[in-house]
Amino acid sequence: MPTSPSEPDASGPADLADLAVVGAGPAGLAAAVTAAGLGLRVTLLDAGEQPGGQFYRHPAPGLGAARPEALHHAWPEFATREAALRAHVSAGRITYLTAHHVWTVVPDGGHWVLHAVAGPEERAAAVHARALLIATGAYERQLPFPGWTLPGVVGAGGAQAMLKAGLVLPGKRVVVAGSGPLLLAVAGSLAAAGATVPAVVEAAAYIAYAARTPVLLRNPGKLAEAAAYGAALARHRIRLLTRHAVTEAHGTDRVEAVTVARLDRDWRPLPGTARRIPCDALAVGHGLVPQLELATGLGCATRRSPDGTVALELDAGMRTSVPGVWSAGETGGIGGAGLALAEGEIAAHSIAGRPAPAGLVRRRARLRAFADAMGAAHRPGPGWTGWLRDDAVVCRCEEVPAGRIREAAGELGARDARTVKLLTRAGMGWCQGRMCGPAVAALAGEAPAPDRRPLSCPVPLRLLAELPPDAH
Amino acid sequence: MKAHDRDRTPRSLVGGSPLSAHTIGFDGRELPAQEGQSIAAVLWSAGILAWRTTREGGAPRGAFCGIGSCYDCLVTVNGRPNQRACLVPARPGDTVTTQEGTGHADLAV
Repeated sequence: MPTSPSEPDASGPADLADLAVVGAGPAGLAAAVTAAGLGLRVTLLDAGEQPGGQFYRHPAPGLGAARPEALHHAWPEFATREAALRAHVSAGRITYLTAHHVWTVVPDGGHWVLHAVAGPEERAAAVHARALLIATGAYERQLPFPGWTLPGVVGAGGAQAMLKAGLVLPGKRVVVAGSGPLLLAVAGSLAAAGATVPAVVEAAAYIAYAARTPVLLRNPGKLAEAAAYGAALARHRIRLLTRHAVTEAHGTDRVEAVTVARLDRDWRPLPGTARRIPCDALAVGHGLVPQLELATGLGCATRRSPDGTVALELDAGMRTSVPGVWSAGETGGIGGAGLALAEGEIAAHSIAGRPAPAGLVRRRARLRAFADAMGAAHRPGPGWTGWLRDDAVVCRCEEVPAGRIREAAGELGARDARTVKLLTRAGMGWCQGRMCGPAVAALAGEAPAPDRRPLSCPVPLRLLAELPPDAH
Repeated sequence: MKAHDRDRTPRSLVGGSPLSAHTIGFDGRELPAQEGQSIAAVLWSAGILAWRTTREGGAPRGAFCGIGSCYDCLVTVNGRPNQRACLVPARPGDTVTTQEGTGHADLAV
């Protein structure tokens, strides 16, 4: 008789699911409800309190938002799947575990054991499943600059998340900067919610898309979305500065202004082009980075994406290189919510041993091609480190300045981020290199290496102590 | 003719109203909170952007990534340090205090 969910009896797991899905964002949610519809018993685990992940992050019920869709694109895609989730949960086909942060997955006699930290009281939880789908999404890519640790400087996705979930703004006058299509969405949301947005500062040249016209023309939905963003910028009188970057944030206790400079083709700031824009907040980000540590911990093979990030190597059925492990959404390469929904459904069919509907397969190919074109257009140029003064903090957690990292990569001969970490502590802090990883790799002169984090979140020692002795 | 941006708020955008309002304590102040907001959201709506100082430089920090990835928004809640303010829901009567360094000064290591 098991005494706790994490202690199976001798005959095997007390409660073996057909499929465990990690992440209830667009990919995981679509996969879970599709798999349940195909007859599988599914356990869906998510770190959040509500389904939707980051893209469909929305106010908690207590906030009583009458029109949550006002902050969203393609809300019905979420609403129908959320309704399906509730129905499957009521019918006992899906076990939905909220506030469960999966920190590792281990194989155990032909099935998977997922270990999670559960709830505010940080309980231990374990889930056993025959198949595993990793839909852990992404976090934002940051390229540091002097002053980026000032209060009021927030991630572009961070500003969006705080607005979507908490109905709050970081300031009244918010500059939006970095690179990628998310900036346009963020600027539109902030302005619609009452902020003044003096400028959207985009490092890439949008002209880069023109070279990929056929891909654009095959994605009329994406063109319409772009037109809507353009209209929103015009309506709120927001200036779009392309081939520009915020090269410094100024202030003492909080940001008061930013310096914006023009960039050359390699993203090197051009001398004599700097100007100041007063603001009380800055929302900055350079696209997204797939969150892979659970997958790489199991040995899943990775590939380099056109945007310069590392993503999982997946086949047409969304299988990773490890038998019994599937993945969908941003983990297979940054591509947005529409692609994640399609991939989640394809994965569910594959896990259930069914062929994926042809329309889904075509949709995935089309959106993936578009994502690759966007990723290449917004990939950071090598010259961005030109705005990184030696005294600028790169690793926010351990407060390691650029000069120390350059010293490690220069005089001390470090050739990769891991060696830099051992010499400087950059990447050794609370966030485990999520915020500084791309920057440290660039300063070390290498492309970012695949994520390696034995624990995907902080785990109280007592939870490790409670593990049965034969747990790996 | 749309309302001018100045008249807009996040609430006017999504409509409705919170099911209940309450307060939390922050460094001796009472801050208004709406049911369902995270601690970081409550602090932001009071215009507070920093609630931690760094271990090395004593620099102010608050929410950055907003999704639990960056750990910049760590704060002490009801005496427990190192809670991610962007993830932890603000509950009525919570006492939040600015976290100095590790938040474990009591250990005197």
